[in-house]
Amino acid sequence: MTAAIVARGLSKRYGELAAVDHLDLTVEPGQLFGFLGPNGAGKTTTIRMALGLILPTEGEVDLLGERVGPAHAPLERVGALVEEPAFWKYLSGRKNLEYFARAGAGTDRAGSRARLERVDHVLATVGLLEAADKRVKAYSQGMRQRLGIALALLGEPELLVLDEPTNGLDPSGMREIRLLLRALADQGTTIFVSSHLLAEVEAMCDRVGVMAHGRLVAEGSPGSLGGGADRVRIEVDDAAAALRVGAGLNGVQLEGIGAGPGSGTITATFADGIGPADLNAAFVRAGIRVHALIPVRESLEDVFLHLVEGEDVPR
Amino acid sequence: MYRVELAKALHRWRTWLLAAAIAGIPFVIVLAIKANPPTPQDSQDAPPFLLQVSTSGMYAALTGLAVVQPFFLPLATGLFAGDAIAGESQAGTLRYLLLRPVRRTRLVVAKYTSAMTLLGFLVVATIASGLIWGAIVFGLHPMPTLSGTTLSVLEGLGRIAASGAYMVLAMSGIACIGVCISTRTDSGPGAAVATIVIAIASQIMGQIPSLHAVHPYLPTNGWLAFIGFFRFPVDWSGMREGLLVSAAYSTVFLSLAISGFRRRDVTS
Repeated sequence: MTAAIVARGLSKRYGELAAVDHLDLTVEPGQLFGFLGPNGAGKTTTIRMALGLILPTEGEVDLLGERVGPAHAPLERVGALVEEPAFWKYLSGRKNLEYFARAGAGTDRAGSRARLERVDHVLATVGLLEAADKRVKAYSQGMRQRLGIALALLGEPELLVLDEPTNGLDPSGMREIRLLLRALADQGTTIFVSSHLLAEVEAMCDRVGVMAHGRLVAEGSPGSLGGGADRVRIEVDDAAAALRVGAGLNGVQLEGIGAGPGSGTITATFADGIGPADLNAAFVRAGIRVHALIPVRESLEDVFLHLVEGEDVPR
Repeated sequence: MYRVELAKALHRWRTWLLAAAIAGIPFVIVLAIKANPPTPQDSQDAPPFLLQVSTSGMYAALTGLAVVQPFFLPLATGLFAGDAIAGESQAGTLRYLLLRPVRRTRLVVAKYTSAMTLLGFLVVATIASGLIWGAIVFGLHPMPTLSGTTLSVLEGLGRIAASGAYMVLAMSGIACIGVCISTRTDSGPGAAVATIVIAIASQIMGQIPSLHAVHPYLPTNGWLAFIGFFRFPVDWSGMREGLLVSAAYSTVFLSLAISGFRRRDVTS
């Protein structure tokens, strides 16, 4: 199957500033791909180039197997939300969707009819059926966001490109949207979702790309980005004795982080060739009672801050 | 897209407000003439046909057209054509239309054709209002032409309709300039005002005798030439020139609008 999005050496420069800098990225079909990065990392610029709204300064991007060119992209099969949603405020939510459904109908009458028939369905999907006949002027930010997602779903897209879809939603709304996206992905829709919220991406995505300063600085499954369990927290009955034992072992670094009468907590970091099991055996030999061995996974947030701040920025 | 565009315009208050204001003009004219008939001495500054209104109510429609043309129609053109793309851009809906997708060329053409349709609608409103109020106050009599002959009511109606059609076609040049400006800015009101200013500046230049060398090339050249319909025989020369200028401006600026817009980065 052709990849949903392929970027090769994609760059967008505004004068001296490179908003996107030689980006290489592949989104496979069926994936729920999380596109992470702080504000200003170049996520939206990348999305705009992928959708043909702006032209790259350099490099190229394929969308659903077709090269995106000036005023050309296979958008019939794509649903998108780019930055905040926007509507004709003097029309109701339903009228907005109907007009968008009919727009461009000259080339695509059957598609236009199919989209019109889906208006109620997508309104229900995002929970806006009751407010559908109010003017958009009167909508809250969260309602506009939902309407924006409804618009993206209108054409039954193979690929959804959503830029910060949970913006302005309350926690329960965010959860609803996460579940909705997960369900769509499970039905086979490819979803490319950008976010600056790590927890959100970690909770729902199959694959994560991290962008900083216009470049992709990491890519992988949310778990793999979180790093291996190279640190272990150990609860023992005698922290001082445990630290002495550790000092005698090569490749183990211990750090006491708390001690009380009859109990203590230390963390251990391991070099290659030695692991928690070896340390545990040494403790047992020394007569130290081990209550718990807990792997400490570096959170995606730590990794993220690492990647984003550790990046050398040529300016 | 063209039909969506029209439907959207009909949902906006400003369309109806403009129509109401423009349709109100013949009413004011008719009322004023009835209350205080103008004398031939007044005719120097008066709009064309004003003196004839009392001879036949049909002239109320024509006077209405002549009054609406220099300012109200450019204003409407600014709102419909100048705001066309820039307004969508400012509201953010432009990117969602393009993502729908509406092809860029199609969008520009739909915006232009719907603007022209709306102008036609305003012209029809003016004529209808003029005929109604003219008929009520002065009655629809055969029209004496400027050359001394007389047009029957039916002939008169035909000529009035032709005048309206000419007026809309002559406005096309400015409308295309407006659409072109509209594709190059993200400010709807800015593009609308620029369009109106160009139309008015062009008319002012057309009235300055020392600028007669550029007169044939002004986009508003020949706007008033529809008067030729009310001469005997019909004086086509001014209208031919007006249509030519309008067509030239339309071709150039619509092409510029489309070619520029197709390559433009949509960042709004």
